[in-house]
Amino acid sequence: MRRIISLLMENEPGALSRVVGLFSQRSYNIDSLTVAPTEDNSLSRLTVVTNGDERKIEQITKHLNKVVDVVKLVDLSEGAHIERELLLIKVKAVGAQRAEIQRMADIFRAQIVDITPSAYSIQLTGTSEKLDAFIAAQAENTVMEVARTGVCGIARGEKVLSL
Amino acid sequence: MLIRALHDEGVDLIFGYPGGAVLHIYDAIFRQDRIEHILVRHEQAATHAADGYARATGKPGVVLVTSGPGATNAITGIATAYMDSIPMVVISGQVESRLIGTDGFQETDMVGISRPIVKHSFMVQHASEIPMMVKKAFHIATTGRPGPVVIDIPKDVTDPKLKLPYEYPADIKMRSYAVPGKGHSGQIKKAVDALLGAKRPMIYAGGGVIQGEGAALLTELTRKLGYPITNTLMGLGAYPASDKQFLGMLGMHGTYEANMAMHYCDVLLGIGVRFDDRVTNSDTSKFCPDATILHVDIDPASISKTVAADVPIVGSVTAVLEEMIECLDQAEQKVDEDALSSWWDQIGKWREKDSLGVTAHTNGVIKPQQVVQALHRITKGDAYVSTDVGQHQMFAAQYYGFDKPRRWINSGGLGTMGFGLPAAMGVQLAFRDAVSVCVTGEGSFQMNLQEFATCMQYNLPVKIICLNNQSLGMVRQWQDMQYGGRYSHSTYAESLPDFVKLAEAYGHVGIRIEKLDDLDAKLEEAFAYKDKLVFVDVRVDPEEHVYPMAIKGGAMKDMILSKTERT
Ligand SMILES: Cc1ncc(C[n+]2csc(CCOP(=O)(O)OP(=O)(O)O)c2C)c(N)n1
Ligand SMILES: [Mg+2]
Repeated sequence: MRRIISLLMENEPGALSRVVGLFSQRSYNIDSLTVAPTEDNSLSRLTVVTNGDERKIEQITKHLNKVVDVVKLVDLSEGAHIERELLLIKVKAVGAQRAEIQRMADIFRAQIVDITPSAYSIQLTGTSEKLDAFIAAQAENTVMEVARTGVCGIARGEKVLSL
Repeated sequence: MLIRALHDEGVDLIFGYPGGAVLHIYDAIFRQDRIEHILVRHEQAATHAADGYARATGKPGVVLVTSGPGATNAITGIATAYMDSIPMVVISGQVESRLIGTDGFQETDMVGISRPIVKHSFMVQHASEIPMMVKKAFHIATTGRPGPVVIDIPKDVTDPKLKLPYEYPADIKMRSYAVPGKGHSGQIKKAVDALLGAKRPMIYAGGGVIQGEGAALLTELTRKLGYPITNTLMGLGAYPASDKQFLGMLGMHGTYEANMAMHYCDVLLGIGVRFDDRVTNSDTSKFCPDATILHVDIDPASISKTVAADVPIVGSVTAVLEEMIECLDQAEQKVDEDALSSWWDQIGKWREKDSLGVTAHTNGVIKPQQVVQALHRITKGDAYVSTDVGQHQMFAAQYYGFDKPRRWINSGGLGTMGFGLPAAMGVQLAFRDAVSVCVTGEGSFQMNLQEFATCMQYNLPVKIICLNNQSLGMVRQWQDMQYGGRYSHSTYAESLPDFVKLAEAYGHVGIRIEKLDDLDAKLEEAFAYKDKLVFVDVRVDPEEHVYPMAIKGGAMKDMILSKTERT
């Protein structure tokens, strides 16, 4: 089962390595990880996508809660939520391909953010699935570089993760 | 500033070893007399000594080491404390701030290296942070599920030229750290109902009861119920071993009756335990097949980690036990005495197996079990017993019979050879007049024997009982049982030192015992030296195995009982 866990932690040196270390130490998976300070500069928000059965996820959340720097935690996948990821992709773009890529970008609501005579850099946000689909839709041997941010997310409705 | 903060925290004893990065701190120690510093001969020993002190007293052990090799030498001891949830604060020096990250002389990333084996760690960046960090470190180390905390301090931060206003914080608030207190009342009621409804109840108590100071309450609850109880290796002393409700230790080398009662019980109360693989045997699907499992622990992550709990209760053992007793007193339902009495009959039959029975050799060769039995007689069961790791450790656990908590000092989780002597030093420093015994093996002892010198310097009259089987006995036992008796690198009889002379070389007393007939008299002689360290080199039967022993991959009822008998 894929799970998205979001947590608030002290914005202090060492905090991130404690969280990440926990995953490797207990051989839990990390599919993606994002982290940045919140509106309160003393707090960072970290979102990790992991997977495992119920028991494993329960252990992961319990152990994360035990990390002294972790202030609060929520398993977003337990309820309705919004998840987004940002993709930057550089593709070969020459001749007729240029128009084709432009069309495809429009369909996915992606934006071309940089061009050279032979390449486009494109930006796309959405769920990880949508990003996967966009990458898969590129013509064979045209993808030069892919940079993805990993998932960040937020609960739908009034529910918030805050102190 | 650091030493002042430690004093304000109530520290009166530090175990340490100096070096470049901590010279400012050592100078501050020199110029005061409120905190005693014990100079060990290896940083690993400092951590084990602090650990032994902590296990015996319940107070946090404090360690001071220098950067680089000083810090890395401390790692084994920190891991040992971490695995057994022992409160400890380790202060490590670090190179000057400006050198950090440059591979400076004696620089290691102590916060990084220790990360998986500490409860938390701090890197001091400015001297003004010291009081608060010390306060937090002790708070974290000693509350909740205890554990070691590292404070890494760059040398420039302790420069005495820095003059700063000092104030020790009266209390602290940490939004990210909460300590569980009372258990959930509804869950406690459920647990008590389940206990009262049991036909074949069993209580399984561990180190958490000792760490949480819950032994007296546990004893009260168990006596009120009249139920059988077992202790884990870490929990020995949580319930008096001489009591008739006590079935002995459980697990890999537990008694037949304890493991059988575990397997066949219908309600299991686990308290301050973690369902470790040395208890459950490797396959948890075969563990207690009929039991409703009630699990009390202060650490939510311990609950349902390996074995799913039917009634989980998170809280401090004292708070939960108090509430359970209250709940029990008010309950209308009473213990099912008929069922209980047939359960005790069954247990009585298992007891008849006498799985710890020892048959003496007729040729005068001493069995290791007999040494522990004699030790118990001579010390009247009232000694602090530290051990190393191996067969001797299991024999001590099985045969000493601890009636009080905090008397049994051993490395259970990590199984660290070399733990025994320094731990016994820590105990002796905590209780100067107590009898502090170290039961060791000739293999383990050689891993920290340099501490003979520390014992001499501080007059620590530890009694070291070496069950000398001239081999890495526990390794040899496994080789006997699983590797066709191929003793790959587990024997070294020809190269053993003369331990008696070795002890004498350090200024101590050495005694050798080779015959069963001499055992009691010579042990008594050893204990008659009130003010001297005595090393007793007891030559024991090298062929002896530790039994019972769990059969790998089986259930708890599956045990090897002797070289010729299994369940
Ligand atoms: C530091 C360390 N290294 C290796 C081991 C593996 N080990 C466990 S018991 C044992 C043998 C211990 O020999 P000894 O101290 O003589 O005790 P005995 O089993 O003979 O009583 C060994 C090597 C360990 N537990 N700790
Ligand atoms: Mg040995």
